[in-house]
This record gives sequence, structure tokens and C-alpha cells, in this order.
Amino acid sequence: MKPPKFDYYAPTDIDGALALIAEHGEDARFLAGGQSLVPMMNFRIAAPAALIDLNRIPALRGIRVDDAGSLHIGAMTRTRQLETDPEIAAANPLLHAAAAHIAHVQIRNRGTLGGSLAHADPAAELPGIALVCDAEILLHGPNGKRTVASDSFFDGVFSTAIADDEMITEIIFPPWPNQRRWGFQEISRRDGDFAMIGIAACFDIGGDGLIAGARLAAIGAGDTPLRLTSGEAVLTGQAPGQALFTDAAFAAIDDLRPGNDIHASAAYRREVGGVLVERVLTEAWGRAL
Amino acid sequence: MTGLHRIELTVNGNPQDCEIEARMTLADCLREKLNMTGTHLGCEHGVCGAGTVLVDGVAGRSCLMFAVQAVDAEITTIEGLARDGKLSALQQAFHDNFALQCGFCTPGFLTTAEAFLAENPVPTRAEVQRAISGNICRCTGYVSIVDAILDAAERLRAESTP
Amino acid sequence: MTGTAHKYIGKSVKRLEDERLLTGTGAYVDDLKLPGMAVMAILRSPHAHARIRGIDLSAARALPGVIDAFSAADIGPELPLIPIRLAPFEGFERFLQPPIAVGKVRYVGEPVAVVIASDRYVAEDALELIDIDLDPISAVTGIEQAVAGDVLIHEDAGENMGSRYTVGRGDAEAAFADAAYTRRERFVTNRHSAAPMETRGLIAEFDAGIPLLRLHGATKVTYFNRRHLAVAFDLPEAAVELIETDVGGGFGVRGELYPEDYLVPIASRRTGRPVKWIEDRRENLMATNHSRDIVCDLEIAATADGGILAMRATVQGDMGAYIRTNGGVVASRAAQFLPGPYRVPSFSCDVQFLITNKTPVGTLRGPGRFEANFCRERMLDLMADDLGIDPAELRLRNLLEPAELPYRIGELVPGDVNATFDPGDYPSALRRVLAEIGYDDWKDRQGDIIDGRAVGLGIACFIESSAAGPPETARITAAPDGGIEIRTGASSVGQGTETGLAQIGAEYLGIDIDRIGVLHGSSTLLASGGGTFHSRNTVMAGNAVRLAAEALRDRCVELASLRWNTEADELSYRDGAVHRPDEAAAEPLTLAELATFARSRGGKETLSADAAFENEGKLSYSYGAHAALVAVDVATGVVEVKRYVLAEEIGRALNPALVIGQAIGGMMQGLGGTLLDHMVYDEDGQLLTGSFADYLLPTSANLPDITAIALEEFPSEFNPMGFKGAGEGGIVAVAAAIGNAVALALKPHSIVINELPLTPDRLRALLRAVGA
Repeated sequence: MKPPKFDYYAPTDIDGALALIAEHGEDARFLAGGQSLVPMMNFRIAAPAALIDLNRIPALRGIRVDDAGSLHIGAMTRTRQLETDPEIAAANPLLHAAAAHIAHVQIRNRGTLGGSLAHADPAAELPGIALVCDAEILLHGPNGKRTVASDSFFDGVFSTAIADDEMITEIIFPPWPNQRRWGFQEISRRDGDFAMIGIAACFDIGGDGLIAGARLAAIGAGDTPLRLTSGEAVLTGQAPGQALFTDAAFAAIDDLRPGNDIHASAAYRREVGGVLVERVLTEAWGRAL
Repeated sequence: MTGLHRIELTVNGNPQDCEIEARMTLADCLREKLNMTGTHLGCEHGVCGAGTVLVDGVAGRSCLMFAVQAVDAEITTIEGLARDGKLSALQQAFHDNFALQCGFCTPGFLTTAEAFLAENPVPTRAEVQRAISGNICRCTGYVSIVDAILDAAERLRAESTP
Repeated sequence: MTGTAHKYIGKSVKRLEDERLLTGTGAYVDDLKLPGMAVMAILRSPHAHARIRGIDLSAARALPGVIDAFSAADIGPELPLIPIRLAPFEGFERFLQPPIAVGKVRYVGEPVAVVIASDRYVAEDALELIDIDLDPISAVTGIEQAVAGDVLIHEDAGENMGSRYTVGRGDAEAAFADAAYTRRERFVTNRHSAAPMETRGLIAEFDAGIPLLRLHGATKVTYFNRRHLAVAFDLPEAAVELIETDVGGGFGVRGELYPEDYLVPIASRRTGRPVKWIEDRRENLMATNHSRDIVCDLEIAATADGGILAMRATVQGDMGAYIRTNGGVVASRAAQFLPGPYRVPSFSCDVQFLITNKTPVGTLRGPGRFEANFCRERMLDLMADDLGIDPAELRLRNLLEPAELPYRIGELVPGDVNATFDPGDYPSALRRVLAEIGYDDWKDRQGDIIDGRAVGLGIACFIESSAAGPPETARITAAPDGGIEIRTGASSVGQGTETGLAQIGAEYLGIDIDRIGVLHGSSTLLASGGGTFHSRNTVMAGNAVRLAAEALRDRCVELASLRWNTEADELSYRDGAVHRPDEAAAEPLTLAELATFARSRGGKETLSADAAFENEGKLSYSYGAHAALVAVDVATGVVEVKRYVLAEEIGRALNPALVIGQAIGGMMQGLGGTLLDHMVYDEDGQLLTGSFADYLLPTSANLPDITAIALEEFPSEFNPMGFKGAGEGGIVAVAAAIGNAVALALKPHSIVINELPLTPDRLRALLRAVGA
């Protein structure tokens, strides 16, 4: 399981990377953490003629919270940092908690947020978290920068809105009210495996005691992470409670688009997706803040 | 850059020169070019953990990195764990707790545990179990490995206590 | 004899093997580099069943760095066939495998062409340039399909039934006719495999001129393999050397003769260079023996209060596309062990071996037993439920009692007429496990919801044979520098053979264990050897070492009597030296001194002794019980094994820590086989579980709280050290215990737990069907 030949480039800035991708076109791939791409190359499922290593571009690393409270995360930030960094834990506890579910520590040490979003595995955690948090993905291309909202970013299995000559440079998470309720649960065959189904949820409870800003997302239940808007609609403007969560789960199932694979059937994913929606909402509501 | 790359790696504190294709993984470079065969290939797709090495003290899958990527890093392999011919606390604890049978997965467990204990010197049993859940062993059933890591943690604490 | 010091047997001696393995200085076959060595890669069939229309190697051969490439056309027409070593049932001879596909491919992964290049990267580049023209044929992927025979995999055989026979004892038909209670169930055990952490690998040095064929990376049954490879390559046996390196786990699948054991030597002969082939994991999952693929239609007959009268079964083994060295072991032992350690006066079993377009099947740790225990123990729990009897009570009623042993079990494998369970106490082992897990605390809470999950405690009993096969050999040599070398014909696959044999050698020679080095496995060490399988090392190799030590002591006494010019029967050997009755007359003569003396004599003798230990086919039986406490999340189907207790009567523990290590290691492998491992094929015969992302192995995150107990109450009568094999008891009853636990946890829902693995998807499908 040795990879095929490729030409290797290690630019030190974003412009350099963009110039290389423009030159090599679709024969080239960016190398971020390598935890998804390199296995594919070792299996010879992926055979890029050129690899553009992003690990030497300082501008792609680093996190900061801006004055408005938005969390800016460099595309090459390791998922291990998402799991351990107290600044991230404070700025987005859902992202922080979900990161711990990704694979195993050795993978998280190398894998990156930008890489995970660009790879767009339908069962991966980070695309689901980006979606449920309404994160924005900042893209650089030869014609400048543009921002894509996460709900327009994922368009199919391993397929995103990134153009052939663009790259992700930063992911921006909106400000996180510190009273926000949140939860994330997934079912996988073993700890660290891809989720057969996973649910992320967050909502706010207004001064009137009613739910506002309800967001529900599923991973492993379609070609992309999915917003479960039918479930969100049931929650919005209602007082939180077990019966409401059950109703929301029931409605949310309609938004799932699961497939069959050797680990789980579509029927399993649909059914257990509903179970997880209920559990995650209960967990979120019960979370001490 | 095409064709062969002449690179210098720092492995277990020593500079090592070699000439390789870009596609040569760090694992293969260690094993084939630098004759350090202690790092093992169990799957070549990043699941089994037998090829785990430390890159600047951080555990990573050497089958998922290309050697050309490792040029500015300090690589630590199983060959670098013993100091002055003396087994490390972890190696000794593995021996004393029967934490290896065929030994093929052992390099990956040792490097993973080394990094883990550096970060978490007073772990709980559950934390150890979680920390090594990315390494597969077919022989031991893991219990003795967990025991060994906890044992090593105690020894290291005792050593560092004046 | 020996003094009071130097007692090693029964102690948890630390392992001799560890130092090199802990420091990364072990020598597994891929660690070896020989001058001029080339590297081989194999093009494997992408189709499960197809006719080969053509193979074009020209582009591959032309790639810079490629030394050679070949397919059947280049090395034919006479190709050797992989022989059957065990269980060669009638009919199998029609389904033997040549080392490379000839005319047809019959499973995904079958070797079709070989490339030899300067390194593996180039070799794989060359594989991509090979053009094979295959004409797909419909694939046979299930047992029913195989039986129907509409598509024949080996046309000349005229059927896909490899072999078939019936075995039994008593009169099952009469028993069923009169029985107050009967029940019938169909059980399916999952195809899975060993997946040792080290994949297979070989380096061949073939020098036709000398002649010499040296093969590194051999293990398990090196002397058998040598004999057959010599014939295959038309060489005298003395010209074939099988060298054992460090081995990364065997579990029954490594060391058998596979196609590559022929292809790598052929590659070396053709190129005139040493050739290395290392299996990658993708290959390993599709090309190394699979196992456990059994369908069992099982019936039980009993009295109204649960006394078993008879069992009747059909066991169908999916053998894959060819019959290889392990013959019919898997399904034949599944049948043989169905009655288990119970009083089953009548038994009848129709055993069938079906050929399908899948990877060939061989032994995997506890072959056939893992499957048999699942089927029978599940059936016992169903019976217990039907009759309103507690499952433990039911077992205690039916386990053979000590007074009934020894017990001749009957010819439950054709030709095996003498199989006899040796003395033991099966109920006592079960009681031990019940006490340890707190059965009484749980038996009335089966199916209760605790912390949101359904709890179940399942139990299972087992019996397991060990130490079959040919004699084992040993040689012990004492060197003038005080070193002692033990050579054994047995292999080490990582289980601590060096340590165990050194313990025995040290104790019987009355010396410090640090003086001992152990060489194992390679066919160059001794003239013959038996090999390592069926957990036989401790019994067979251990006793051979004992005999060699005793013979060495005798030789020492003889030499001392010459040296001192006294009668031998006045002298005694103890603590590493020969002593005179009158100690003041002379210092004892140590092994080192006697070795020096022997060397100095006219014949320049090396002080050594050879021995062989023969079991005379007397197998000893380990037995015991397992118990599993599980928590099932009913809504998601996720099963957690929280607590696991197992006890195994092993006669005598040579090294308790190593015995417990085997038990726990086996238990976790068994947990994988119950909940995770599964080789899944689609209807075209494509292996869907071709990587570790899809073929799942247990990790430390799956660990229950495990207690493993080694019982030493019934030493084996068949060897003076009392050992029984201890390598497989940990695995054989895991699916049975966990299967029963899950069924009990889900008792309120009345679903059928008859098929492995017990995945969340399967459990939810069953629960969904009953509206739960």
C-alpha cells in the first residue's frame, strides 16, 4: 500500500499555495493534516500528480476572538487544539466538546479543521458542528477572498463549494452567548470510529422561558451534514420539556436522508437519529452553565 | 520539486541524511533508509497505531506523513526511548507487567504512552484506556498495557519526587 | 535431583524475549535486508469468479526498476498444489489450490501475477501497468447457493460440496421420538479472521546451483512445510531451510502453506536474487485464511425437567474457494464440540463443507469451538427459558460429573475413535465463575433497566482439547563458558515460548535461568520437529525440554564418572553440577567444566542431549466457564460488556502471568468476534471489509473489567509436569457468554439472538421487528 508518485511543494505563504494550485489544476491536491488524504493515497484511491503541503504556512494557523466575539480559527489548526485549548472551550464549548470525539489522539494531533471541512466526509464531526453553529468558511482564490456560509458549503459526498483554484484559510464561528444550551452525541461502532449517526444541537432560552435560535444538525445521515429544520421548527418559541423534545425528534427524522452501508442500515440511522435528537436536547437543557 | 529529495532528519537527537522520493512515508524512510526498523507497519492507513512516532514530542502516525514533511521536526522512535542503555520507566514497566507478547504493536504503545504521560502524569485508569484506544493489540487484551502505563506513571512520580 | 533453589515452574518469570522487543531491536521478517534483495508484489484478482482470457505483463516488465514479472503461463504447466495437513476428508482433493491462478480466478485476492522490483513502491507502480482480461462469472457467495450447485466453482468436481459425513453416538432418532421437550434453531457464526498486527511476509533465497532454498519468515509447522516445499521444488529436504524470525502473532492463520510460500521462492529462482514479499493489510484481509463461517441447524431433546437426551445438528462450513492446509478442521470441530462438557447420551451430526467464491478458510484460535459453544450455549438458554429453569441450574444438571470421567466421547470426527475427556470437575469450574461474578445478585434482575440500559448476565461452559499432533523435539547443549542453549522444534508466535522453555530447562538442570538461550522454529536447528498449533507448546515442547534436560543430566553423570574414575551410580546431579558422595574429595563438576572435559576428549564431544516427547495421541482437555455482564442501550442497540469472568482448568501453570495473558488476550479477541469482526461480502463476492476502517478490531475502549482464573486442580495425567494447553480457553466461550447475556438483557422483548456479530444495527432490526 505505497502511494503513487507525486511532485511535492511546500509553499510558505497563501499566495504561493494559490499559485501552485493554479498551475497544476485538478491534478494537484492540498496536503493539510494528511489523516484522510494519505490513507487514500496509500490505497491508490487518490493519485494527485502534485501535493501542495500547507503545513509551512504560518498565516493558516492561529486562533483569535474578535471584538464582536466571533471565533476565527486558522484552517491549519489541529483538531487536538480544538479539544484542548481553553480559549476555544470558552468561545465555543460545542466545538470544543465535539472535537474530542474525532478518531484518536494521534489523528487529532495532525488533522486540521480546514482539512476536515474540505474533505467533507458525511459522517465527520466538524462539518456537522460548522453547520449547526452557522460557521462561515473564508476562501482565498486568485480573484481574492470570499466567505461561504456553512449551509451552502457542503454540496455532496466529499464535495464542497471550494472552486478548483481556491483554498480555505479561516473558519469563523459566530459569537456564542454564554447561556446557550448545547449538546452532541454520536453512535459509532467503536470509540473514535466514524459516526453511524450523530446529532448536534444548540438553542437559547429567552427571558420568556421560550426556545429561540434552535439549531439541529445530523452527521452520517445523508450525503452532507444536514440541518434538521423540521425539528427546529417544533422547538422554536416553545418552552423546553421532554414532550417537546420527543415531538421535535419525531419531526426531525423527516429531514434525515440516510443511506445503507455495512455498519448500519438507513432504517437504523433514521430511527436512532430520532433517539439522539431527543437525548441531545435533554442533555442540552440539563447542562449546568 | 520533482524526483529525489535530499533531506536531513533529526531522529532520536541525531541528524540523519537520506535521499528519497517525496512519496516515501516517514515510516518507510525510517525503516528502509535509516535502518531503524523498530517502527512497524501494521496497516499503512492510520488505524492500527503500530507506526506511531513522536514528532516534536507529539504522537502521530508515521505511515500518514511523508518523510519530506519531517525535516524540521525532532522525531522520536522506540529506538530513542532508552537512555544510556537503560530502559525507560515505561519500557521497564511494560516488562514487569507482561505488557507485550509478540511485541509488534509495542513500539506504537510506547511512543503513545510516552507522550501521554508527559502531558498527563497522574492519569486515571479510564484516562489511560482512552489514551491508548487508537492503538490495536491482538495478543494482550490491553489490561497489562494499562497496568504498565499506570505503573510507569507512579515510578516517574517517585523518581521526580526529591 | 534438583535442590531447593532454581524453582521456576509455576512462577511468573519475566520474559526473555522482552529486551529486544522493547527497544525496537527485534527481527521480524520485514526487518531483514539481504544483499541484492529485490521486492515482490502480487496482482490479485479483482473478481470473485472469472475466466482469465489474457494477462499482458509487457508494460509492467518495461517499467524502470522492475526486474521480472510472471503469471501461470510463465511458470507452468506443472504447478504444485498446496497440500492438506489436517482433516483431509474425502473429496477435498478436488479443491486444492495452485500457487497462482490457472485459467480461472475463484476469489477476490487470488494471486494472478507477480512483479519483482527494486522496492515495493516500484513494484506497486508495475502492478498498475498489468493488463488482465477477465470474463466474470456469476459468484457463489452463500451456502444455499453453493449447495444448489447451479454455478460450479471447480467444474471438474461436479459440485460445490467439498466433503460430507455424518458422525454421532447413541441413538438420536429414538431419543427425539420419545422426548418430552424438543427445540430447533438455526445459528449463524460470522466469517472473521485473526488479523495479527504483523501481516505475513517471506524472504526467499533460492540458489539452484548449490542447491539451496532458504525461506525466512516461516513459523508454526516449519518441518512439515519444509517437507512439502522440498517436493514442490524437487529438492532434497536438506537443501530447504525454513528460518523463523520474530513473529507478530499467529492465532492459527500464520505459518500454514499459502500460495506465496511457493511464489516467493519461484521469484527468487527466476531472478537469481533474494526476494522479499511483505503482505500489506489490504492483502492480509483478503488473502490470509478466514474462519468461523458456519451455519448450524441445531435441535435438542430433553426430559421435562431439562435433562438433555440428545442433540441433532447439521453443520455447514463455508470453506471459501479452495481447501488448503487446514482441511476440514473448522467445521469438523464445530460438530465435535457441539455436545461440549455435557451429558448428551445421543448425538448425530451431518457435517458439510461448501465451496464458495470467497477467501479460503483455515484455523483461527479455538477453531470450531467458538462456533459450537455459541450454538449450544444459546440453545441451553432457550431451553432454560422454555422450561422455567435457571440457566446455571440447567447447566449444573447436565454437566458431566467428575465420577463420569474419563468419558469416551465417541467418533465425532471420522477416524478419531479414542477421543476421551480426561478427569476434571466441570461443575466446580462453573460454580467458581458464578461466585466470582456474583451470579446470585444478578439472576433475578435479567432484563432490568439500570441507568437507562438493559442488563443481562450470560454464562457458558466449554471444553477444549490441546496438544495434538506429532512428537516434539529438543536439544540442550552446555557450553564451556557456562551458557546453556535449548533448541526446540516448536515455534514462537509471540506467546513467550523462549521464557517457558527456559523455565523448564533451568529447573530441571538446577541452574540460573539467565544462563539459558532458546532457539526455536527454524528447520536448521534440529532434524525434525512437530510445530506449534492447538496450544501444544507447553505440553509438547515443554516435556521435550524436560526429557532433554534429564538426558543431559545423565550424560553429565557419565562424564563425571569418567573424569573421576568412579562408578556412576555413586554420583548425583543437582544444582547444575555432578556431586560425589564425599563432598570433601572433590569440588562438584559443573556443566561448564563437564562441557570443557567433553570437548577435550578424543571424540571432541559436545555436551548435549536430544529428546523427543510423544503424546501418543492422548489429548488432555482444558475446560471451564465464562460469564459476561452486559448493558444494552435498547434504543440504539449498543452493547457494552461491563464485567467478564472466565475460569479455565489448565492442569498446571508453567508461568501464571503468561497464562493469564493468554486468557485475557483470547477473551478480547473473542469479544471482537462477537461484536465487531466480520468479513462481509456482497453478492458479487467483493470483500467489503478490506481495511481496518471497515474490518473492526477491539480496542482498549472496549475493555470490560476482566477476571481470568487459571485452575490447577486436575493436572494432566499424560505428562509428568501435568500441563494442559492454555492458549484457547479464553476465546472459545466468549460469543456464547455475551450472546446469552444480550439475549437475557433483552428478555422482555423476546427477540432471537442466533446470529453473529451482535451489532447495533442487527439488534435494532430485531427489536424494530417486534415494535420495541
